[in-house]
Amino acid sequence: MNGWKRSGRGGRQRLVATLDAQEVAVLRGLVDEVRRMLGSRAEEQPHDELAELTGLQTGPSTKPDDPVLARLLPDFATDDADLSGGLRSLHEPELIAAKDAAAAVVLDTLPGAGGRVELTPDQADAWLAALNDVRLALGTALDVSEDMPDDLPPDDPRAGHLGVYHWLTYVQDGLVQSRMAVR
Amino acid sequence: MGRMTAAPPPLPTVDPVIVPSPTEDVTGDVPWQAIVWNDPVNLMSYVTYVLQKLFGYPEPQATALMLDVHHKGKAAVSSGDKEKVEGDVAKLHAAGLWATMQRA
Repeated sequence: MNGWKRSGRGGRQRLVATLDAQEVAVLRGLVDEVRRMLGSRAEEQPHDELAELTGLQTGPSTKPDDPVLARLLPDFATDDADLSGGLRSLHEPELIAAKDAAAAVVLDTLPGAGGRVELTPDQADAWLAALNDVRLALGTALDVSEDMPDDLPPDDPRAGHLGVYHWLTYVQDGLVQSRMAVR
Repeated sequence: MGRMTAAPPPLPTVDPVIVPSPTEDVTGDVPWQAIVWNDPVNLMSYVTYVLQKLFGYPEPQATALMLDVHHKGKAAVSSGDKEKVEGDVAKLHAAGLWATMQRA
């Protein structure tokens, strides 16, 4: 991965990068994992015949216990538990669906065994959201802080994962810069 | 036997919207705000881009809000009635920003 470039003009602009096989495998694995976690949260909701009849899907009203899921699905308010619970119940199913759709765009546009990725601006927006979800998940699991060093001591069990996190940061930041340049 | 003259009652809408109670719906007031909180993962560039894209802010305004989040720990990025701000927070969550809503 050598950064993102823009190709084409006007409505045919594309954001292009080349990923090697290992980079594709890492990205696919992480996006799949986050998708699986969100999917299991969605399935926790008991089968609701009323929701099926009305098409009005509601989710749980309480924050996930898992810190990664809690960061991906934040509360709506800090000082009003009733408001927050009600809005979570209302919005969480569509939030999970939106994250799932973004993840699906990444999985659909990744080259099978390494190669060129070519994204429309809309696909790039889905990539940005999905890359951000993966970084939120990994960053939460690694307990990343603002003053996190670039490298951890090699005996720190997080050292290898932090390298992946920094690589994802590089991929996302480059894509934001290129995407912002598309007018 | 009576004739079927009565029209069926109107189907209630199932639009998932929290209807603000009259006391909250103060015309001309700006009672709610969407707050974005600083977090160690979200990139400054990405937060700026999201604020431009979701709210149509010009880049200097989006950058200024992002810097407020970064330096002060949080910033109000939009305001309006409860329903609008609720939608704004939902979009910010979909983008992965840490956002909440509160009365202004």
